[in-house]
Amino acid sequence: MVQELESRSMPRLLRALTILTALGFAGTLYLGLFAAGTDIQQGEVQRLFYIHMPSFFGAFTAFGLTVVGGIMALARGSEKWDKIALAGVEVGLAFALINLLTGAIWARPIWNTWWTWDPRLTSAAVMCLTYAAYLMLRAGIDDTARRRSFMSVYGIFAFVTVLITLFIIRIVPETIHPVIVGASPQNAQGSFEATSGVIIALVPSLLLWLTIMPITLMWHRYRLEDRLESLNRLKLKALSD
Amino acid sequence: MKTAYIETVLAIASKDLRVELRSRELLSMTAIFALLSILVFSFALELDRTAREEAVSGVLWVTLIFASLLGLNRSLAQEYDQGNLDALLLAPVSRSAIFVGKLAGNALFTGLVGFLLLPLMTALYGMNMLDGRLILTTLTGIFGFCAIGTLLATMTVQTRAREALLPIAMLPIALPFLLTAVRATKGILTGASEWQVWFQLLLGITVIYLVLCLLLYKYVVEE
Repeated sequence: MVQELESRSMPRLLRALTILTALGFAGTLYLGLFAAGTDIQQGEVQRLFYIHMPSFFGAFTAFGLTVVGGIMALARGSEKWDKIALAGVEVGLAFALINLLTGAIWARPIWNTWWTWDPRLTSAAVMCLTYAAYLMLRAGIDDTARRRSFMSVYGIFAFVTVLITLFIIRIVPETIHPVIVGASPQNAQGSFEATSGVIIALVPSLLLWLTIMPITLMWHRYRLEDRLESLNRLKLKALSD
Repeated sequence: MKTAYIETVLAIASKDLRVELRSRELLSMTAIFALLSILVFSFALELDRTAREEAVSGVLWVTLIFASLLGLNRSLAQEYDQGNLDALLLAPVSRSAIFVGKLAGNALFTGLVGFLLLPLMTALYGMNMLDGRLILTTLTGIFGFCAIGTLLATMTVQTRAREALLPIAMLPIALPFLLTAVRATKGILTGASEWQVWFQLLLGITVIYLVLCLLLYKYVVEE
């Protein structure tokens, strides 16, 4: 019985991805902290940007995979895709909170406040709350089949808030949130130019957070859920024996 | 031509209407809630002339959303608790017809609250809210968030903490409606031409959500 848990050692690919993520994170931190030049106007705090923007896109990937997981879970009725959807929500929520936190720390010296009710900040906060609601709703449903289909549907709808956060600065003009790629809104406070130094630090970090990091973390979370399930099965078996 | 689909929708909606006409519970409850809400807002925000112009569209929409939450919960809880949902599922009708039927009832009741609020707020806040464009915006917004609300309420009534979960699940998802409807309303009240952009956005979001609801409803009622 115990072997059932122990025999599932980490797949080789996952091990490679984990090492790659750790190395990549160290590498992009080096690029952001040392290789990129210090911003003339904003100083060292601008370096947070190399985490701030990539973490949002990491959340985007994770929440996007929740949508894929939801659609597949509805189509196939499989537990596996439901677990992937759950992993996406948890990893994405962690990334989204990193995004909010780094933004707040950056905003303190640049905007002179931790938080302001800017359209984009508001929609990012609402996005986090939507996925927190996902977890609460999930905890409220006992029946697994019902939970799977409900949460798949909710995960698909929740993604609308991600899209709104992404596009709101193009729709609502009176934002002070800067846009680094493309033209900034008129009122944007604390913009800086995407010089070659910025791009050298940003692009690897963005790629890491967008692809390998969320997938690796989700895979680990998926395995954890799997283990939890087999543990519960074993418990029930032990009780009935 | 009356197809089976439309007949189902009408049967469910008229059933809801008949229940309401006999009990008069839901409408009186939501109407009193909406009235209280605008009074509470006017005290809490200390609305003077200038503050009113800024805040009135927000007051209208927050009141409408909370009033609809009350109604949605009851509307679906009654189906679920008294076993009517199971009976509807046993009937050989399309799942999306059940959804549209429930949506029609819910949107009708919330729409009536909206029709009550507009003249009332015109009188109480001294602003002309009986504008054709505003009525159109109000109806579209109500229809939109009733759509997503009907779907989510169907889910939450089947969970443990149902009354508490509906607002938590619905408010963030309904935010696009709140955002665009408030902007459109504000634009109409201040005479800004940008209200059209917001109204079009509201219309677009409503269509997207409606399509998603129609496609996904069958998954939240199946056992």
